[in-house]
Amino acid sequence: MPNLATREAYGKALVELGKENRNVVVLDADLSKSTKTADFAKVFPERFFNIGIAEADLMGTAAGLATCGKIPFASTFAVFATGRAFEQIRNSICYPNLNVKIAATHAGITVGEDGASHQSIEDISLMRTIPNMTVIVPCDDVETMAAIKAAAEYVGPVYIRLGRSSVPTINDEYTYKFEIGKAVKLREGKDVTIFATGIMVSEALKAYEMLKEKGFEAEVINIHTIKPIDAKAIVESVAKTGCAVTCEEHNIIGGLGSAVCEVLAENKPAPVVRVGVKDTFGQSGKPAELMKHYGLTAENIVEAALKAMSKK
Amino acid sequence: MRDIQKLKEIAVTLRKDIIKMLTESASGHPGGSLSAVEILTALYFSEMRVDPNNPRWEDRDRFVLCKGHAAPVLYAALAEKGFFDKSHLMTLRKLGSILQGHPNMNDTPGVDMSTGSLGQGLSVANGMALAAKLDNKDYRVYALLGDGEIEEGQVWEAAMTAAHYKLDNLTAFLDHNGLQIDGQVTEVMNVEPVDEKFKAFGWHVIVIDGHNFEEIFKAIDEAKSVKGKPTMIIANTVKGKGVSFMENAVGWHGTAPSKEQCEEALAELGGENNA
Repeated sequence: MPNLATREAYGKALVELGKENRNVVVLDADLSKSTKTADFAKVFPERFFNIGIAEADLMGTAAGLATCGKIPFASTFAVFATGRAFEQIRNSICYPNLNVKIAATHAGITVGEDGASHQSIEDISLMRTIPNMTVIVPCDDVETMAAIKAAAEYVGPVYIRLGRSSVPTINDEYTYKFEIGKAVKLREGKDVTIFATGIMVSEALKAYEMLKEKGFEAEVINIHTIKPIDAKAIVESVAKTGCAVTCEEHNIIGGLGSAVCEVLAENKPAPVVRVGVKDTFGQSGKPAELMKHYGLTAENIVEAALKAMSKK
Repeated sequence: MRDIQKLKEIAVTLRKDIIKMLTESASGHPGGSLSAVEILTALYFSEMRVDPNNPRWEDRDRFVLCKGHAAPVLYAALAEKGFFDKSHLMTLRKLGSILQGHPNMNDTPGVDMSTGSLGQGLSVANGMALAAKLDNKDYRVYALLGDGEIEEGQVWEAAMTAAHYKLDNLTAFLDHNGLQIDGQVTEVMNVEPVDEKFKAFGWHVIVIDGHNFEEIFKAIDEAKSVKGKPTMIIANTVKGKGVSFMENAVGWHGTAPSKEQCEEALAELGGENNA
């Protein structure tokens, strides 16, 4: 499988979008080489605005452009986009329901060596609680390309969570169909449902194989849209399997795990085990080391699946 | 239309409407609404290219009320201009009203941006001005900030952006009334010298009497002639202007008048009229 970071795919998608739609504009806060918006800036310098190290102003400027019919993509690292500028996103973008796309990179602990100050583990939680906001977490480059295009076509605020590190390509670039709010079933199974998002989808697929060797058939569902969440897909799957595991590179509080629990608690109560960062800050290290240290590997998912099945 | 006498009459009408709507809602912000009456009157009844029958007209001039708590003056101006029926003014801050406590662009015809959380509006005005330049459109963007508001750091981020991108199609007003909720701006958190600060940030700065129409128009014209930089018009104003017991009184920042105080204020403004 080829490996590409979702941020790399974001840069490519922006250039394609820029060619297709002259209303697409891009803003960054002095991280364009890292977020890959520099790819767009190279081709369309007149439609690229570097706002400097000023995330609040970044979001407000994007909002103003959106009021005039532009489709702004505002990018910086996830921790600054959603943390520093939370209230600007709430009051200047989501409350007036403006057509701003916030594509934040370097989400989660796989930022790696920069350490906890730069590792966003709260962004999904923060963004999904704001009315009018759509939250998308692509799992690979193919899904990122599709998600960025879908976000540009959709009218309204969207948060797209992207990663720094390379991840395996799971989806086929020619056949993959992406629809906002529609979960993707990757593997059929009857014993446990593994709901995964972002870079944890590939780990979930590895866990599927490991569980298979142990004699269990797991169902693997990619929840690329955390909000609006595909409640139907979640309930239907768990009605069949009777238990669930959620996997995210995010705090176990407030993200995919919470969203799935909310759906199940109200519609189909069942045992759920959450795989994610267990309410602790990250630290410096290599991405793979951190994934292992914080319990975000296929092995951890298998363990969680066994636990979930034992509670049925 | 630069019929100063007529504009003065409109200003009186807006002041009366502000007092009446705040009395009816029994909450809201009279002081900072009254200090900005002449500025909004000049903009909406003479300067700005707007169409009450087509509030989202693409080529209109834009106005961002950064100090969103002064919503009553904006609502009074929009109603007087004909964006919506004046009867709505008496629904201010009530359940289901098109007139929210702070402006929301999707509720009120003529409101170009939702504001209320201080410090965010100038960034939005910048975005509008950038869009005009991208589209080669000649509309202008106006913004009104409070002098307490500029204690927010985002204002200075936006001040840098406006100068960096040479937004000469942006004219901002600073409603320099000297008071904020907790007291005098100079005592709570001194923002002075505001003229030197904006100059240092790369703006063209004009200082005027914010209640004098001639000075307001002269500054607006000067701003339009300035190329390559945004203009900040520092409008020295009196908080609560026009109602003697509210003038320069910090307590009238966010307190609505009682019925008796309303009558007293209206009498001072020249008596009852139809809102």
